[in-house]
Amino acid sequence: MPTTNLEPYLAKHSFFSGLDPADIEEIAGCAKNAAFKAGEYLFKQGENAEFFFVLREGHVVVEVPTARGHSIEISSLGENQILGWSWLMPPYKYQFDCRALKQTKVLEIDGRCLRGKCESNPRLGYELIKRFARVMTNRLQETRLQLLDLYGAPADRS
Amino acid sequence: MMSTPELAIGSQQGSLLPEIYRVEEVIPETHDTFTLALIPQEGEPMTFAPGQFNMLYAYGAGESAISISGDPDLDGASILHTIRTAGTVTSALRGLRPGDSLGVRGPFGTSWPMEAARGKDVIFIGGGIGLAPLRPAIYRTLNRLERYGRVRVLIGARRPRDLLFMNEIAGWPVETLVSVDRATERWRGHVGVVTPYVRNLEIDPGNTVAMICGPEIMMRYAVMELLNHGMRPKDIFITMERNMKCAVGFCGHCQLGSEFICKDGPVFSYETMQFWFAQREF
Ligand SMILES: Cc1cc2nc3c(=O)[nH]c(=O)nc-3n(C[C@H](O)[C@H](O)[C@H](O)COP(=O)(O)OP(=O)(O)OC[C@H]3O[C@@H](n4cnc5c(N)ncnc54)[C@H](O)[C@@H]3O)c2cc1C
Ligand code: FES
Repeated sequence: MPTTNLEPYLAKHSFFSGLDPADIEEIAGCAKNAAFKAGEYLFKQGENAEFFFVLREGHVVVEVPTARGHSIEISSLGENQILGWSWLMPPYKYQFDCRALKQTKVLEIDGRCLRGKCESNPRLGYELIKRFARVMTNRLQETRLQLLDLYGAPADRS
Repeated sequence: MMSTPELAIGSQQGSLLPEIYRVEEVIPETHDTFTLALIPQEGEPMTFAPGQFNMLYAYGAGESAISISGDPDLDGASILHTIRTAGTVTSALRGLRPGDSLGVRGPFGTSWPMEAARGKDVIFIGGGIGLAPLRPAIYRTLNRLERYGRVRVLIGARRPRDLLFMNEIAGWPVETLVSVDRATERWRGHVGVVTPYVRNLEIDPGNTVAMICGPEIMMRYAVMELLNHGMRPKDIFITMERNMKCAVGFCGHCQLGSEFICKDGPVFSYETMQFWFAQREF
């Protein structure tokens, strides 16, 4: 029996699917819904990484602020994607800025709360580490492809 | 049976003899890409199937294989070719002005599997200049939307300034996703290579046909993601590019194993090409 209305959503989400209902309940206990307007920041570089996010609706961009005052966009994420892993590892600081490009609805999951639960429930911790490792591997591969210049002519790539 | 592209072997209408066409219009597309609208000196413009290509002969410079990029269902319309300036021939084509003439042989080759995709979901994935050979298939789908299931178009390019056909893409009444590797300050779309977006698509693997056109590395990663979704190699279609001379299967310039890209392709099912995709240098 779900204790919050977030549990059915989490159980169906591909990132969490296959987790024990008890684990889903633990995660849901650290989660709440939030919304960001277009242009609003979900987080900024250097801030304490208090949350990770499940994007329910909308579109966000991850960017690096530059000394010249503007930002360089490095990737964008949309519906159903998982955002943020800095909550998982010291120094628990966000490495980039993240801004909503349009009205964006998220599930905000409190990292400190979940870390505490993982310490006392290592099985849940291991499951989450495996899942985040997959997200990180995918992002690393995407970044490598971005460096490759997939679309250029062979001559442009040298 | 889906694994054979349509208009296969022996179907080409083109020959070794060029016909004279005139440039009706030169449409600038991006900083290095333009579209030539061509009409024949005599008679009606050719009919073609989506995915087919012509050999364009710029006098004094030589011939290049260029896919047809216009709407296959517009009777009597000029024939569009969208060209990225690469070297000698494409630079000479870039120099043409309305009224100038050039030689055209074609159309050649196999087409995208428009009939075989009927009743199915369709995913188009175009990277860089690869959107141009895909556009006739997209037009054909849009012209007959009732024949297809869910239609999605994924487009990738290096920078916003490299994106083709942006003015019209916004008006396509299907789900489209456009992503660039390097965004600029004013860019409001997706950032990142297009292939990971394939990972996040909802796909009904037994009822979907994918058509992919772009550089080979991009196609390789896109195919990988589609296979991970459980799609069958025979339902995934790609185009192959090789240097061409005769374009009718005589000279062997474009040969890849037993396949001649000019007449057995350029559109192939991945089932046919998977051996070659697994080779380091092919
Ligand atoms: C079936 C088919 C369809 C094609 N459709 C199109 C199309 O719709 N639009 C378009 O712009 N091009 C298309 N091409 C590619 C086009 O044929 C070549 O870019 C062109 O022939 C290059 O000729 P060139 O004399 O201008 O360049 P070259 O002087 O021959 O080469 C100049 C530089 O371009 C590079 N180059 C040559 N060929 C290619 C290639 N195929 N891909 C990438 N780099 C290349 C060379 O490595 C060299 O560095 C197609 C090719 C094939 C086989
Ligand atoms: S170009 Fe001559 S055989 Fe294909």
